[in-house]
Amino acid sequence: MNNAIGIDLGSRTTKIVQLKDGEIQHQEIFETSHDPLEHVKTTLSSLGKAPIMATGYGRHLICENFDARRISEIKACGKGAHHLFPGCRMVLDIGGQDYKLIHLNEKGSVLDFDMNDRCAAGTGKFLEIMAQAFNMDIEQFVQTAMNASGHINISSMCTVFAESEVVSLITSGESKEKIALGLHLSIAQRLQAMFSKMSVEDDVLFVGGGAKNDCLHAILERQLKRKIRRPEEPQVVVALGAALLANDLNAV
Amino acid sequence: MKDFRKMWKELGMDLELHDQLIENQSNLHKKTHLSQKNRPKAMERFDHSFHASHAERVAEILDYRKKGGKCIGTFCIYVPDEIALAAGVLPLPLCGGSDWSVSYADKMFPRDICPIIRSTFGMAFSNTCPYKTLKDFALGETTCDAKKKAWDLLGFKVMEVPQKKDPIDRGLWLQEVYNFKEMVENLSGIKVTEERLHENIQLVNRKRRVLQRINEFRKLPDPPISGLDALLVSQVALNQDTHKFIEDAEVLAAELEKRADAGISAYDGNEIRVMIAGSPSPLGNAKIHHIVESSGLRIVVDESCTGLRYYRDLVDESHKDLDGMMRAIADRYFAIDCSCFSPNTERMDSITQLVKECSVQGVIHNILQYCHTYNIEAKVVENILQKCGIPSIKIETDYSQEDTGRIRTRIEAFAEMVKESL
Repeated sequence: MNNAIGIDLGSRTTKIVQLKDGEIQHQEIFETSHDPLEHVKTTLSSLGKAPIMATGYGRHLICENFDARRISEIKACGKGAHHLFPGCRMVLDIGGQDYKLIHLNEKGSVLDFDMNDRCAAGTGKFLEIMAQAFNMDIEQFVQTAMNASGHINISSMCTVFAESEVVSLITSGESKEKIALGLHLSIAQRLQAMFSKMSVEDDVLFVGGGAKNDCLHAILERQLKRKIRRPEEPQVVVALGAALLANDLNAV
Repeated sequence: MKDFRKMWKELGMDLELHDQLIENQSNLHKKTHLSQKNRPKAMERFDHSFHASHAERVAEILDYRKKGGKCIGTFCIYVPDEIALAAGVLPLPLCGGSDWSVSYADKMFPRDICPIIRSTFGMAFSNTCPYKTLKDFALGETTCDAKKKAWDLLGFKVMEVPQKKDPIDRGLWLQEVYNFKEMVENLSGIKVTEERLHENIQLVNRKRRVLQRINEFRKLPDPPISGLDALLVSQVALNQDTHKFIEDAEVLAAELEKRADAGISAYDGNEIRVMIAGSPSPLGNAKIHHIVESSGLRIVVDESCTGLRYYRDLVDESHKDLDGMMRAIADRYFAIDCSCFSPNTERMDSITQLVKECSVQGVIHNILQYCHTYNIEAKVVENILQKCGIPSIKIETDYSQEDTGRIRTRIEAFAEMVKESL
């Protein structure tokens, strides 16, 4: 049996990766609804028996309901990132409700990490709420920011205050493009502060749902003055790492 | 169980709100302390004292007051217990650890101050603190800006804790200790005699010794007591009657000795050993301790005011004259390495020594939100630990439960990281 399954139950989306002989056999991403277990159950029954490694915000929930082991998403992220890009030493992961910066050694083990605390600024949720203030979906919102020819400084870091600041900027007639870009810049600033604390100068691998944001990617690359690579499907890197860890356990 | 509602009513408390507070705290205690496996039997005594802190303990103090006994409310371990006791005054540490009461502080205080102050005065403002009317006066100190201004606002007396450890500061502190003696003597009308002071130096030292003895067992490869329970013991030490506490703690220490001899551990496996360093965790708050130990780590030492800082040093008992004893007391308290001091090199030395003594594999900085001095000093500690090859992580949080998931993720990832680096 050379199957292994990784489940990353995140706050916004759940990701499942199945490995067969070390290769991805199946991967899926679905919204974490009020009852994510039902969806997980259906998927698992179609995938057949395999060792499971759970990670993400709901890892304990998975372990309570299925025959699975668990690992933190930080370790899983490092594992997945190292597998895809063996030379990578810095990983930025922006998820639904948190963002993390992970420093890896040459073997992909975590040397250090940093993570936002309770505040939602800088997370996927922050941008979603801001997009809502514009009546846009997230793709439109990112595109709007990329069309900007200048930006407005957003002073509020707090999601709630930033939203009201945005609303008042819209009503005062400021251009949507400039505000949208301003919001992206405010997030980038927050992330940059996290990079400065870690003081590691390596290239960065950008993963998680946030990595799909081309505007944020471009700003970070310019501000951090280093190459920021993105995997083909940045959202499944953590689930992939979990599957690889399940596979490692299986091999022992 | 005895009904204390009549007593609470007489104390002017809001019974309905107080029920909410008690229910909240009892549920939390059940989920945290009582859900542990392999607990020493004697911990039942401390569970009882936890619940008694608003019940039997209050009745005891009421009784004491009816007989003419005097009480002062305190908020910091710098207030010298032995002097108050020698003057027949009972110090009541009043720091709040309940999340439930925090928002009630908004009546007078800004929101961006630490949860200890907010919880304490939230209880007072919501009439759920039974000690509010039991104290003759409250005595604050100057260990942080928020506290200083809170004392001004509420009209409390203040004892000045200097901010440096130079000879001039030592002189000021000694004077403050003498002023404190006069303050409690004036309150009770009882003179602090050489005999009474010496007796109480010995009494409070006995309390510290038994706490030290319990703490020693945590250095063993398989500690017979969990970090969560060890925290409860030192939290209770601040509330309970000194004689009764010593009695309970000695029973616990004897049981721990037996458990240690028999190789009975409070833990299941071979979890990594961590130190909790930084802000205090007053009775009612064990949030970080619970998250850390239920994530599969062992807390083997508490570098905090609800840990070692409270009982690490004894007062020198060799002096028999009043001035000698007063100086010995002042010296003992002045050695406390609170982050309000600048610089605070003693703390750095103590931490590096503790790491070795307790076989610590990682340090968790437990920083209460808006506790600026410990928060900033955590970086100094981190730099020193780095030189010794000890990883550390800083968790900054308040008493609320909303961020426990994210803290758990960070603690679990930290444990994985430490394990891999071994």
